[in-house]
Amino acid sequence: MDTAESQIPAWAPFKSTIRGAGDFFMFYIRFVKETFKRPFEWREFLVQCYKMGNRSLPLVLITAFIMGLVLTLQTRPSLVNFGAEDLLPGMVSVSVIKEIGPVITAIICAGKIGSRIGAELGSMKVTEQIDAMEVSAINPFRFLVVTRVLAATCMLPILVIFADSISIFSSYLAYNIHGEMSLTSYFTAALSKLDWIDIVPSIIKSVLFGTAIGLIGCYKGFTVEGGTASVGTAANSSVVTASLAIFFIDMITVQVTDIL
Amino acid sequence: MEIENVVSIKGLSKSFKEKPVLRDVNLDIQKAENVVVLGKSGSGKSTLIKCMIGLMEPDEGEICIFGQDMANINYDELNRFRTRIGFLFQSGALYDSMTVYENLAFPLRHHKKELGRAKLDELIHEVLDNVGLPDAGGMMPAELSGGMSKRIGLARTLILKPEIMLYDEPTTGLDTATAKEISQLILDLQRKYKISSLIITHDIACAKMVADRVVMLKEGVIVAEGSYEELENNNDEWIKSFFS
Repeated sequence: MDTAESQIPAWAPFKSTIRGAGDFFMFYIRFVKETFKRPFEWREFLVQCYKMGNRSLPLVLITAFIMGLVLTLQTRPSLVNFGAEDLLPGMVSVSVIKEIGPVITAIICAGKIGSRIGAELGSMKVTEQIDAMEVSAINPFRFLVVTRVLAATCMLPILVIFADSISIFSSYLAYNIHGEMSLTSYFTAALSKLDWIDIVPSIIKSVLFGTAIGLIGCYKGFTVEGGTASVGTAANSSVVTASLAIFFIDMITVQVTDIL
Repeated sequence: MEIENVVSIKGLSKSFKEKPVLRDVNLDIQKAENVVVLGKSGSGKSTLIKCMIGLMEPDEGEICIFGQDMANINYDELNRFRTRIGFLFQSGALYDSMTVYENLAFPLRHHKKELGRAKLDELIHEVLDNVGLPDAGGMMPAELSGGMSKRIGLARTLILKPEIMLYDEPTTGLDTATAKEISQLILDLQRKYKISSLIITHDIACAKMVADRVVMLKEGVIVAEGSYEELENNNDEWIKSFFS
């Protein structure tokens, strides 16, 4: 007997994924177009920058502090065995600035910022607040989406710089549990191993992470259909998709940096 | 004297996935006229006003507002028309992250940038007075009752001084006394500002109170049109079932 499930074609999930990717691409194109239209919603942009930066900073700093501490404590014994303890500050700074700092910060922000945007816009959609904005002749895409995506794009690199700095500082504290080095000497040693080719791609990567988190959160929230249950799904989906996107972008930027 | 139609809808049809929701709807609204569209749930009432304000695109037909065919204008032009049309949502649709004052200031900050703080305050207090909630400015939407939310939603649309008002189920979910107050408010606004209104409802008491003309919608088709009294005395069984 044919059940309803058996009647669904095997390629249906692929079709739906391709359609979703197409919709997201169109959403991105609209974002680019609307970004360059005037007037720009400066007030809302600054409010979003404040909310994203200020509210994410404590969590980012705590995580970065622990990250630097753990990395140093776990790596130190191996380096001591090889008599290469002096390389520790440089190794930590390169690892943190090139990879761990941006990725961990972005993952935290995908949870904190992405879910907030997805839930906020989703809730506004199902309660007709977005339609209310539309009928008031206020472009909701420009007001809600452009400002949030740009705020996430601007705030991510700033949060990453804070995270990197606090990680190296906590690494200094961890180093001084067994060894002894002044803060200035530690930072000098750490930064001496860094070149622009380490820092610039990391900043570019952070910008891309921010854009991805903002865009995915806004897309999931803005395209919610149905009732309040779908708001939770949008928030959850924002986090999952943004986290995957972060690893994907990371993989590509690492490859590109290697080629350069 | 020639009658001035502010809204003229001709042959409007709309379907959702092959299911027709509106079929060949023709409707005119004159200046300062209150037209009530009566119909049961799912008869296409909300779809009709959403097509009028551009939230939905009709499949066929023509919607002319102030003599302009809405199908032949771009998004910016549509927005210029939207500032002349007010829309009251069933839920009020207040921005829940803003206070009542900020909800009312929001459209003004976008469309009347030249206004100073003092003038902004004056306009906000004027509309709050008009809807009978002069002290609600500092409240959050979550603190408002259903009737208060609708009044504030109405105040938010009135603040731009619209020439046409579209009401989506203005009395649904309210107790009889509050529903009567909202109906009276619709009447007062029509008299005070000469606003043309389209009121979507299935509330007979509201229709009786506010309607200059009643249009009855059944499964997306206009089946009757006339004054409240004319339709009340109609012999058609379906229409009678509404008024009994």
